[in-house]
Amino acid sequence: MDTSLRLLITDDEDGMREGARRALQKFSSSFQDLDVKVTYDVHTAPSAEEALEQLKETPFDIVLLDYKLPGMNGIELLGIIRDLNPDTHVVMMTAYASLETAVTATKKGAFDFLAKPFTPEELRAAVRAATRGSILLAQAKRMAEEKRRMRFEFLSVLSHELKAPIGAVEGYLELIRSGHVKDDATLQRVVERSLVRLTGMRKLIFDLLDLTRIEAGTRTRNLLANDIVDIAKGAVELVETVAADRGIAIDVSAEGGSRFVVDRSEIEIILNNLVSNAVKYNRDNGRVVIAISGTSCALTIRVSDTGIGLSKDECDRLFGEFVRIKNAKTRGIEGSGLGLSTIRKVARLYGGDAAVDSEPDVGTTFTITLHPEPAEVTRESN
Amino acid sequence: MSEAKKNILVVDDDPDVVDQVTTILSGAGYNVLAGYSRAEGEELLLRMTPDVAVIDLMMEEMDSGFVFCHTVKKMVPDAKVIILTAVAAETGMSFRADSEKKRNWIGADMMMDKPARAEQLIGAVRQLLDR
Repeated sequence: MDTSLRLLITDDEDGMREGARRALQKFSSSFQDLDVKVTYDVHTAPSAEEALEQLKETPFDIVLLDYKLPGMNGIELLGIIRDLNPDTHVVMMTAYASLETAVTATKKGAFDFLAKPFTPEELRAAVRAATRGSILLAQAKRMAEEKRRMRFEFLSVLSHELKAPIGAVEGYLELIRSGHVKDDATLQRVVERSLVRLTGMRKLIFDLLDLTRIEAGTRTRNLLANDIVDIAKGAVELVETVAADRGIAIDVSAEGGSRFVVDRSEIEIILNNLVSNAVKYNRDNGRVVIAISGTSCALTIRVSDTGIGLSKDECDRLFGEFVRIKNAKTRGIEGSGLGLSTIRKVARLYGGDAAVDSEPDVGTTFTITLHPEPAEVTRESN
Repeated sequence: MSEAKKNILVVDDDPDVVDQVTTILSGAGYNVLAGYSRAEGEELLLRMTPDVAVIDLMMEEMDSGFVFCHTVKKMVPDAKVIILTAVAAETGMSFRADSEKKRNWIGADMMMDKPARAEQLIGAVRQLLDR
């Protein structure tokens, strides 16, 4: 990336000003690690007063400032520059380099010093250092801004997702209140849908807690020997009734070792979400296959269903936060849209990843690859 | 009613909102057809001529409701449009179609907060049909 920084040289000596200007005119700094090449838009001022006029008009990224100026001196101007634009990097130039002046200037916010007389190389080195500081500061600010924006976006989507079920239940109560529920069948539907939406909302809150727990990384991870097949069976138990009602068969198989050192609650997040999805998005009388396979360096969890499937475009979006695939086939199916993004985050905690492979109306397979330590057979699980 | 039943088109991606609006308006004697996305709404427009359309603002996209509102007005210029939204409370933005100028800009005849109260919704439909 190419960029240009505005640089102002303030010195009352004509020769000094001109010399510095010439040394910097065609100078450019490249920073490979920051992937940026910087050129300079060089301006000059013979006095603090004139410098101030220019600074007030358009902010500068870097100011080279003589310590001793007629009228307002360099230190005073330094204070004003910092007030005008705290991002400006000021390099003080002085022939009276003393510890005392250095301390004063540093307190006032100078970025660096250049002792007079200096060679063009020394000048360029100082400008290069100030440039690096300026670019890093700008990047840090951009990242903080991006983070703030993403957080705001997350919260506004979250509030929308939380309000939708409240609105739905409120709407159903409103139907009853206004006397629009005229028969038992309607009442039954109104009550059932309200309960479904409330369950969905509770799930959203639990998923949100999972996500923040995984993201914050502050929770102490409880890494112990666990049998992944046990955790899979626990996930199956949670959906057994619903699956049986719809005639969906669930199979758990294991190949190789299935005992690994993992945080049980993290693997539960993966399996509970995947198995619940495999049932939810399945067809009646369909099938769910959970295959656990372990080697000395990898644990693979694969959950396949015979459900509605996903298009290529839907697969690409699937792991994003609050992404829910809305179409005629998914209508009425509740989901928070957080499960899969959390699964991917968990997988990454184990140096792995989550992938999806799907064919519309045939089925979907989620493959989670993790790299936990295999557990010794003698160690006991919690 | 001596005249033919008026047609109402309801489009919302939340099936429960569709259920509620349909129950309220068919209970009030209207003929209601429902779609669950902008695309489904557009399809329905080829098969019916709505007297009133009740549309959700945020469907597939943030502004699906506005876009669909324009489609309705283009295909059925006499149709009245009510946009249902929970947006005002969420963002603090005010979307009120309370002046002719705003109605022209938004394209809808009325904006209504979600969840709509039954009497309010029936009242709004009646009022728009009388205009």
